[in-house]
Amino acid sequence: MPTITFLEPGGKAHVVDAQAGLSVMEAATRNDVPGIIGECGGCCTCATCHVYVDVAWYGRLESADEMEQGMLEGAVEPGPLSRLSCQIKVTDAIEGLVVTIPAGQL
Amino acid sequence: MSESAATQTPSQTTIQTFVIVGAGQAGGETASELRKQGFTGRIVLVGDETHVPYRRPPLSKAYLSGTATQESLYILPPAGLEKARIEFIGGVRAERIDRATKQLHLSDGRVLDYDKLVLATGGRARVLSLPGADRPNVFPLRSIADVQAMRTHCLDGKSAVIIGGGFIGLEVAAVATKLGMKVTVLEGLPRVLARVTVPEVSTFFERIHREAGVDLRTGVQITAFEGEPLVTHVLLGDGSRIAADFILAGIGQVPNVELAQQAGLAVDNGIVVDEYSRTADPDIYAAGDCANHPNEFYGCRLRLESVQNAMEQGRVVAAGLLGKSQVYNVVPWFWSDQYDLKLQMVGLSAGFDRMVLRGDLNARAFAAFYLKDGRLIAADTVGRPQDFMFAKKLVALRVVVDPQVLADETVSLKTLLPAAA
Ligand SMILES: Cc1cc2nc3c(=O)[nH]c(=O)nc-3n(C[C@H](O)[C@H](O)[C@H](O)COP(=O)(O)OP(=O)(O)OC[C@H]3O[C@@H](n4cnc5c(N)ncnc54)[C@H](O)[C@@H]3O)c2cc1C
Ligand code: FES
Repeated sequence: MPTITFLEPGGKAHVVDAQAGLSVMEAATRNDVPGIIGECGGCCTCATCHVYVDVAWYGRLESADEMEQGMLEGAVEPGPLSRLSCQIKVTDAIEGLVVTIPAGQL
Repeated sequence: MSESAATQTPSQTTIQTFVIVGAGQAGGETASELRKQGFTGRIVLVGDETHVPYRRPPLSKAYLSGTATQESLYILPPAGLEKARIEFIGGVRAERIDRATKQLHLSDGRVLDYDKLVLATGGRARVLSLPGADRPNVFPLRSIADVQAMRTHCLDGKSAVIIGGGFIGLEVAAVATKLGMKVTVLEGLPRVLARVTVPEVSTFFERIHREAGVDLRTGVQITAFEGEPLVTHVLLGDGSRIAADFILAGIGQVPNVELAQQAGLAVDNGIVVDEYSRTADPDIYAAGDCANHPNEFYGCRLRLESVQNAMEQGRVVAAGLLGKSQVYNVVPWFWSDQYDLKLQMVGLSAGFDRMVLRGDLNARAFAAFYLKDGRLIAADTVGRPQDFMFAKKLVALRVVVDPQVLADETVSLKTLLPAAA
């Protein structure tokens, strides 16, 4: 089970053992991590699973497709490290992933 | 034990019990939000399905097509429920509320005391009123059990007849086509999606389905089902006879209001709640598909059937239960996946006085914007996620928009947002 760290905007860390096969969004919502909503259930339709990926990790992830990029443009406070966490699959390759939760999703 | 220690320990009687009826999207969200907001009392979630709270949208999409597993539908799997100390009572119906004693009677004979009660009972599929509608190959689509039952009929080479050209009907048509079935869609109204969008967008989806090989017929009247014990043919008013191995009745849903009604709570197209999602009984709230709320944004009462509504109203209920009443005031949004297309809709277009198109309705990506008195009140977008996201903000802020910018694909809608937004 890869470990993922979710940082609240204030710095508080939530370390989650994520089940492979789920998305990073599901790893958060199933473990009561606050601030990641996942309204559409992970089908890239709501952008309420927006996170900022740690700079060291960003380039190691598969890049966002066109749909995700479009959604991110209109997310709350998007930045260069923004991703939709439902589009990041939990695999052994992301062991140790660190993401920051934005101040708001809606 | 010293006196101060004794007063710091909450005694057994001060522990509150919140009971939630309906372990669906609204019930699940209410329960988990209560914990996120720090509630330490008992949370009991009662559901008549045996499943923990799960997402319904994939039922007519990835779950039916076989690309999503059942486990992936679960919002709160058993371990998550346990971790959040949510007591889940599955496969049991809530039969009766006794408001005087604040007790909920369950179908297995149990009686639960509650301090606060939440009704998140959702809805059920509307049943066709036609002789033969109860035959074993005529299906509703609302639950995991429904999909499991229809699976054995959804096979390559078989014929599917889908009654109703709404979202569920069209999504199933897309999946069934992909599975190699011969698909017919029958809609009684002159166009598909008639209740939710404009004729131009309906025409777009009719074309997409026909191009995929669906025999899509609008304005038809179904007169009878032929065949026993299984329906083999669907007969139409114009005399045609359509072969069917599998029939889906996708003709809408009815809210589950009986429990509230029997308890003497007001019901009018859903359980009537105030702006805080509370019924006339201060200890009983309602959320999701079953609830009818006053929507300040639109200045009218609404009963919405969407995930967004279930989740956001669920969170408002959680806040209310904890004495932090919030007004539920939402701009509705919705989506539908058909083939490789994603439709995203925001706002309610009823009453618009001008429609502006961006992109090409003959292509597979466009946006339709609906204006009233110069303000953007709603948008339907296909394959234009950024337009959907900015339209969501523009609708919420009631921005007066320049129709020329809306129509110009080369300009981002972001430029229409007020500077602060
Ligand atoms: C096939 C399908 C596809 C959909 N696609 C989309 C989509 O793409 N986008 C979107 O936004 N929305 C979609 N929806 C709608 C969305 O799923 C619903 O709006 C949402 O599930 C409503 O949540 P709810 O909690 O109010 O009701 P539900 O999720 O229906 O949950 C209510 C639960 O309460 C139970 N219950 C009822 N009465 C009792 C009782 N007396 N005792 C115990 N339990 C009881 C029910 O059995 C059910 O399990 C879809 C719905 C379906 C069926
Ligand atoms: S959960 Fe909706 S976009 Fe990620």
